[in-house]
Amino acid sequence: MLTAATLAIFIVMVLAIIRGIVGPTLYDRILAVNMFGTKTVLLIALLGFVMGRPEFLDIAIVYALINFISVIGVLRYSDTNKLKHSASDIETYEKEH
Amino acid sequence: MNDLFAVVMLLGIYSLLSASFFVAMDAVDVAFTEAAVGAGISTLLMLVVITMTGRKENTKRHKPFLALIVVIFTGGLLLYGTFDIPHFGSADSPIHNHVTPRYINDSINEIGIPNIVTSVLASYRAFDTFGEVVVIFTAGIGIMALLSVAHHSEDNHKIAAVNDSMHERYLVIRIVSKILIPFILLFALYVQFHGDFGPGGGFQAGVIFAAGIILYSMLFGLSITRKVISQPFIQIISAVGVLLYGSVGLVSLLQGGNFFDYNVLLTDPVAGQHLGILLIELGVGCTVTSVMIMIFFNFAERRELQQHNNIHNKDLES
Amino acid sequence: MDVLLEIIASLCLFIGSFICISGGVGILRFPDFYTRMHAVGVTDTLGAGMILIGLMFYSPDFLTLSKLLIILLLTLLISPTTSHVLAKAAMQNELKPKLQQKDSDKELNSSNYS
Repeated sequence: MLTAATLAIFIVMVLAIIRGIVGPTLYDRILAVNMFGTKTVLLIALLGFVMGRPEFLDIAIVYALINFISVIGVLRYSDTNKLKHSASDIETYEKEH
Repeated sequence: MNDLFAVVMLLGIYSLLSASFFVAMDAVDVAFTEAAVGAGISTLLMLVVITMTGRKENTKRHKPFLALIVVIFTGGLLLYGTFDIPHFGSADSPIHNHVTPRYINDSINEIGIPNIVTSVLASYRAFDTFGEVVVIFTAGIGIMALLSVAHHSEDNHKIAAVNDSMHERYLVIRIVSKILIPFILLFALYVQFHGDFGPGGGFQAGVIFAAGIILYSMLFGLSITRKVISQPFIQIISAVGVLLYGSVGLVSLLQGGNFFDYNVLLTDPVAGQHLGILLIELGVGCTVTSVMIMIFFNFAERRELQQHNNIHNKDLES
Repeated sequence: MDVLLEIIASLCLFIGSFICISGGVGILRFPDFYTRMHAVGVTDTLGAGMILIGLMFYSPDFLTLSKLLIILLLTLLISPTTSHVLAKAAMQNELKPKLQQKDSDKELNSSNYS
């Protein structure tokens, strides 16, 4: 069953890669990367049990954390990308204060 | 593919994929490093750079056919070269007959820690690792020399407005990150001090610690992060890490051993090895953390400066 | 008892893999970003949770169990957050969801058929 689950996760990862390459918008790609990250966490956890080395779980934890950080980073830097946008933010800020 | 954002996303996927590959090949420490550096820090740095340089690749003026031919030719040669490499897992390949048996057989008696990778990295090859730490330190100095900007306090609240817009708009992220950041820092310390027994060590721990602080600075803005961790403090810590590493070697030299010969640090050689490895991993961790934070700060500061200039120009126009 | 645990673990793993695969099919087949996000956001949390719970039955010692528990908690915390933030960012940057066709279009289509 462990091997079957590993294979299933592997298939899902392939599907996510396809969406990441095809993905028409930027957000589709971010979504694909996010999904790929969570599936990597699962794959590493499963591989640890398949190979009988549960200390692999440390890496799975690192992945869960790093995945979160990189998605936040992507959103942060794709968001303030348009300078027009941020300039209007400042105007509203100055009005409020 | 002209959209550089998409390229960075695919690079992140590639990094995750190669790390699962490393795990499948049982190279746990390498997978750890790939996870922390490849998927985390380098993606973030590239994103910061892309926001400064623009999302689209410039259209090429030359035809890259010659380059393609050269690449195909070189790739063919490399593939041809792999035919001479011994089969994967073959017991009589040269690498398994040189120093590897000694590491595997004797390291548990000589150094006494279960993770052989750490004992090779920190004790047998301590001088190499020292070189790596110095390289990282030099990278930090180089980034500082090239990118650091002089502080100017005027219009600071304007920059802060651009910067802090993230945590005001995203309430959920702010709260979840507040829960997660202490856990990330704690986990980094676990990786740092558990490196003797499981995968991990100073390099990985440093990068994870830095990632936690970078997460904080992405959410709450650079100016607030600088109040927590100031630039001079990071500079001092990065130098202290290298100094700690080097002075462990010097102390062992003064005690009558070789450079980085931890056996002479204490009366019991194995305990001396433990102490030496602990200290140099701490040094590595300090340097890597501070250099990563320094690099991110300098990049982000450049970006702020650019935004500030753009806003300023817009004000002049209007 | 062991057989029972094995069966429960296998069942959890099976359900988890099934949910994950359906999420994977969803991200590939759904028509626009928000529906894909729905597929991923819903299945990611539950599928990962089921697989991790399934693995917990296999864990040999307490340390492994607690690490799996940590990963489960992190997934429960992180996965919905990223989905929420991603959807919000897409909405704010004016990515419109693909809505149903207008009624006039529909009438046109149906008139063509009749």
